Amino acid sequence: MNKKSLKNKQERWKNSTLKNFLAKAPERQKNFSTVSENQVSVLYTPLDFGEEGYLEKLGFPGEFPFTRGIYPSMYRGRLWTMRQYAGFGTAEQSNQRFKYLLNQGQTGLSVAFDLPTQVGYDSDHPLAEGEVGKVGVAIDSLADMEVLFAGIPLDRVSTSMTINAPAAILLAMYIAVAEKQDVPRSELRGTIQNDILKEYIARGTYIFPPKPSMRLVVDTIAFCAREMPKCNPISISGYHIREAGADAFQEVAFTLADAIEYCRVARQAGMEIDQFAPQLSFFFAAHNDLLEEVAKFRAARRLWAKIMKEKFKAQDPRSMMLRFHTQTGGSTLTAQQPDNNIVRVAIQALAAVLGGTQSLHTNSRDEALGLPTEKSVQIALRTQQIIAYESGVANTVDPLAGSYYLEFLTDQIESRAQEYLDRIEAMGSMVEAIERGYIQREIQASAYKYQKSVESGERVIVGLNKFKAEEESPQEILKVDPQIREVQIKKLREIKGRRDNQAVNHILRKIEEVAGTGENLVPYFIEAVKAYATLGEITGALREVFGEYHQQVIF
Amino acid sequence: MEKGKTRILIAKVGLDGHDRGAKYIAQALRDKGYEVIYTGIRQTPEDVVKAAIQEDVQFVGLSLLSGAHNQLFPRVVQLLKEKGAEDIVVFGGGVIPRDDISFLKSQGIKEIFTSGTAIDEVVEFIEKTLRNAAG
Repeated sequence: MNKKSLKNKQERWKNSTLKNFLAKAPERQKNFSTVSENQVSVLYTPLDFGEEGYLEKLGFPGEFPFTRGIYPSMYRGRLWTMRQYAGFGTAEQSNQRFKYLLNQGQTGLSVAFDLPTQVGYDSDHPLAEGEVGKVGVAIDSLADMEVLFAGIPLDRVSTSMTINAPAAILLAMYIAVAEKQDVPRSELRGTIQNDILKEYIARGTYIFPPKPSMRLVVDTIAFCAREMPKCNPISISGYHIREAGADAFQEVAFTLADAIEYCRVARQAGMEIDQFAPQLSFFFAAHNDLLEEVAKFRAARRLWAKIMKEKFKAQDPRSMMLRFHTQTGGSTLTAQQPDNNIVRVAIQALAAVLGGTQSLHTNSRDEALGLPTEKSVQIALRTQQIIAYESGVANTVDPLAGSYYLEFLTDQIESRAQEYLDRIEAMGSMVEAIERGYIQREIQASAYKYQKSVESGERVIVGLNKFKAEEESPQEILKVDPQIREVQIKKLREIKGRRDNQAVNHILRKIEEVAGTGENLVPYFIEAVKAYATLGEITGALREVFGEYHQQVIF
Repeated sequence: MEKGKTRILIAKVGLDGHDRGAKYIAQALRDKGYEVIYTGIRQTPEDVVKAAIQEDVQFVGLSLLSGAHNQLFPRVVQLLKEKGAEDIVVFGGGVIPRDDISFLKSQGIKEIFTSGTAIDEVVEFIEKTLRNAAG
């Protein structure tokens, strides 16, 4: 059927069949929209598929523009990596949780660090008060890292580490631990998040100003390109941007804008695009609007492939593949009727899988209340296993492709994200846009609008503003021992007592010296952690040279 | 008391960077007619108390999602008292397990708002506190 005749027939349907029906049975709402406030029509047909054809827009999986997936057979070959973000308390406790998760059939590790570690303070720093071991494991020195991975074979497990400002130092510790297990760094598989730009935008664990921070990122990218081919030196993260309140368009746009910035700076440092781009990885959120989310992942994949090919002139197809991790949306969880969160997580996880994710973390039902219990974590992991083994969605590649609505959404997310990218480009660069506060203001406006629509009841959140229940189910919450800081401080004292302090001082001074030059810092970090210099000491040396970043309050 | 004259400091204590909730509360209270100051992230209890006194606020709203509330919230109340500013009312919000709420209240934190709180509940708390103070 040609489009013209379809158009006529659709008009007729709209003006007769639909109109007559609506006269008798009006719709529930005046307007329908996605979570990202995108208007939704009653019906989508081939008329919404746009002018470009199947081959240009979708093509085949494993080939440009990778809309349908980055691998030819997707989950028929290997399922996504089930990777639950975990870590709390001391290295000993987190090591136990890791072993539990591996025994439950988890296939990769994902380390959560506590906030002092994330901002480069040892546990005895005054600002660490109350925070040690709370949102993740406390790592002060290589000694903690050795305990964290004790009995876990690093040649067989891949490890993701959510660490940003001091990422290069934690990578150095990982390399050093692996050496003690006789695993060479070239064999290590894993990812460090190392995405500093989104820290300024959304997540807040920055240490240094943007310029030296970008240099540390590029040092790591260069080091991994040379010595760690199986590692992802960065995970460019839209997750936190979304969690801070961005909509799906902004999530795609700002993540890719960050990625463009990293590529630009790495090239300025003398690297060829195909030398490092295959090792770039991404991280997105999965929220409740199932089809919008599936479309988002597909649109991001297509847009990135085009950017790499057209803007950066990449030749290697691997440079054009957007490989990504997904986490279900923490901000969508409710503290009210927490068991309902199991269902939300299942829908979000399904979106990630239908969108072709490479790895997935599913949140636990109780995370709006505190740290998840072992039981809740198990349900979250089982949710992934049910999708993988029972739902059938992993049996074919990109199973929703061709849905008129989905393809319409995919096109729309791509073009709206492109508009943002053009606007950022016009400002000069992403760093410029961040420094001007443009990105932060855009996100905040979306967050405010969203929250208003929830408070007005326009947007229904089950159990929160509708279908409320008085009865509160008993909550069992994982408690972190408040004495943990004392334990860590004692360990720190022991380390400092038994290491060669002269060697430590020597390497710390060396790091200060190299920080002032253009030389790659990673080898010096490796030397320092092996001498048991603490994380706080190493970042302290860098703070001396780089200075500290102070947030401009945008409100 | 007139709403426009009520001054509120919204503060992020600790190292936690999750400021979506704090910013929402700050903006929503401002839209309700209060004078609101937001500190930005990574403030120490000392920073917060200094700002509260300098800005001459009647309320301090603390936000924390990292779990360090049992240490940091009471510290703010204690420091206010040391500075002779115990008339400033402290409330808090974030990911606060229910078991901790009664402890925090016993430490002088007037109210705790957890995830899902509507802005009107916060306004009601503020207005009620003002009425009681006016006596």
